[in-house]
Amino acid sequence: MQIIFDKVNYIYSDGTAFSRHAIKDISFTINKGEFIGLIGHTGSGKSTLIQHMNGLIKATDGRIYFNGQDIYEKNYNLRSLRSKVGLVFQYPEHQLFETTVFKDVVFGPANLGLDKLECELRAYEALKMVGIGDDLLDASPFELSGGQKRRVAIAGVLAMRPEVLILDEPTAGLDPRGRDDILEKIAYLHRESGMTIILVTHSMEDIANYADRLFVMNRGELVMQDKAKAVFSHYKELEKMHLAAPQVTYVMNALRDQGFQVSTDATTVEEARKELLGLLQR
Amino acid sequence: MEMIKVKDLSFEYIRRDEDGNVESINKAIDSISLEVNKGDFIAVLGANGSGKSTLAKHINAILYPTEGGVWVNGLNTAEDRNLWEIRQTAGMVFQNPDNQIIATVVEEDVGFGPENLGVPTEEIWERVEQSLEAVGMLEFRNSSPNKLSGGQKQRVAIAGIMAMKPQCIVLDEPTAMLDPNGRKEVIATVRELNRRENVTVILITHHMDEVIHADKVFVMERGRVMMEGTPREIFSRVDEIKKYRLDVPQVTELAYELKKAGVDLPDGILTVEELVEAIKRIKSR
Repeated sequence: MQIIFDKVNYIYSDGTAFSRHAIKDISFTINKGEFIGLIGHTGSGKSTLIQHMNGLIKATDGRIYFNGQDIYEKNYNLRSLRSKVGLVFQYPEHQLFETTVFKDVVFGPANLGLDKLECELRAYEALKMVGIGDDLLDASPFELSGGQKRRVAIAGVLAMRPEVLILDEPTAGLDPRGRDDILEKIAYLHRESGMTIILVTHSMEDIANYADRLFVMNRGELVMQDKAKAVFSHYKELEKMHLAAPQVTYVMNALRDQGFQVSTDATTVEEARKELLGLLQR
Repeated sequence: MEMIKVKDLSFEYIRRDEDGNVESINKAIDSISLEVNKGDFIAVLGANGSGKSTLAKHINAILYPTEGGVWVNGLNTAEDRNLWEIRQTAGMVFQNPDNQIIATVVEEDVGFGPENLGVPTEEIWERVEQSLEAVGMLEFRNSSPNKLSGGQKQRVAIAGIMAMKPQCIVLDEPTAMLDPNGRKEVIATVRELNRRENVTVILITHHMDEVIHADKVFVMERGRVMMEGTPREIFSRVDEIKKYRLDVPQVTELAYELKKAGVDLPDGILTVEELVEAIKRIKSR
């Protein structure tokens, strides 16, 4: 068990008139190598929650364990935690600043105090993982397309070789192909390196394709943690929380409501296709 | 009568080095011609960098044509003296609501636009009330924008534009940063404005399910318009649309896959209801 949250609470501006209870009594366990999808309405506490995972925000109350160690213990090395738990913020390309793509990615590992050769090796490897070719290494990051910039920014975090990669809406504002490219790259990383992935998203169709488990946040509480199918079967509750299920889930449920014998747990086009072909051939 | 007329429009971003010599020229728009009728709901799709936003910025004269011309309600955008009237005719809503809201109280934010136009105070309040009513945010008139959700903020931004009484609204990816409910709210609001107030709408988006109610869809690639038609016409060409780095709504894709497997379905199914109805018809044969 890689990450354990035990009754974690966070209150912004605690003790003042503006205090706001952003996350409430959150407990969960994430295993090594899992792919977790984190969904919830705007303001539900997703971003606050993930910033606890690498110690950027300290819980008002509760315990967090990483690889069995309490990260709030006195001698715990938070710096090393941050290199093990990589966090890619929303619109990470706004943080690109170097003159070339390669230099930008080297910046992260260089801050870990590694020697130059090692930094460059890691940067090269990270850029390769996100599909940035050799021809772009010397380009200015500002000349790239939106999707490319974002992949460079992700490479900057990967070059730290984290054990856990957290991404906050990595596909916002990208065109559908750019979105699929990024998600495919993340799925590839997960498969090939066994990295634990935590993906925050508003796209139910996307997350249904990739995540092992979904965490659902609502008004600061973790209200569901289960397999995607199980979560999306509660689509009516999800709607009350300002969320939704993938479109195909609605198709299957509508058919079931009309009296057809179909299983309603399809969440991807492929699953729905199989189920519907079965129905139509009966 | 056309609201917007674009004729042989080209636009080049020119990069110069320190000495002012031309370093590179990037043709963001490549001889586009199109017309938008008054009261239409138009959607523009296209990959990142295909020229959608550059086109939108021509409609309220933030950018001027390198070649060709753009007319808004008959006014040529290249003529300086038309500038204010054009900006009043065509309002713009951007992606990030936080960048567009400037006041600390909702109603003051909405009043900022008409105030700048020199509208008399009494009429400003009337307009504020009407526009907040139109986007369904009247009950929040005294709230702080900070306390609103993303979708609500974006609706306030739209009300701010409506208070200037434009005949046309251009929305550049207004839902990119919103959760599913926020997206639904904003799109429903825009559709209402189009239907009830007859405002011409130009919606730029990457979410395919938001364009299914449009009167017409334009698909752009590399500064050109590659496809043009009703949503049904566009989305029945699944392979072609994917070639332009785009996608179709999930239910359209499902219908397309079923069709490929030999199921007798009509082309270009756009909604869950349509697919369910089509399947029911097949089963009752």
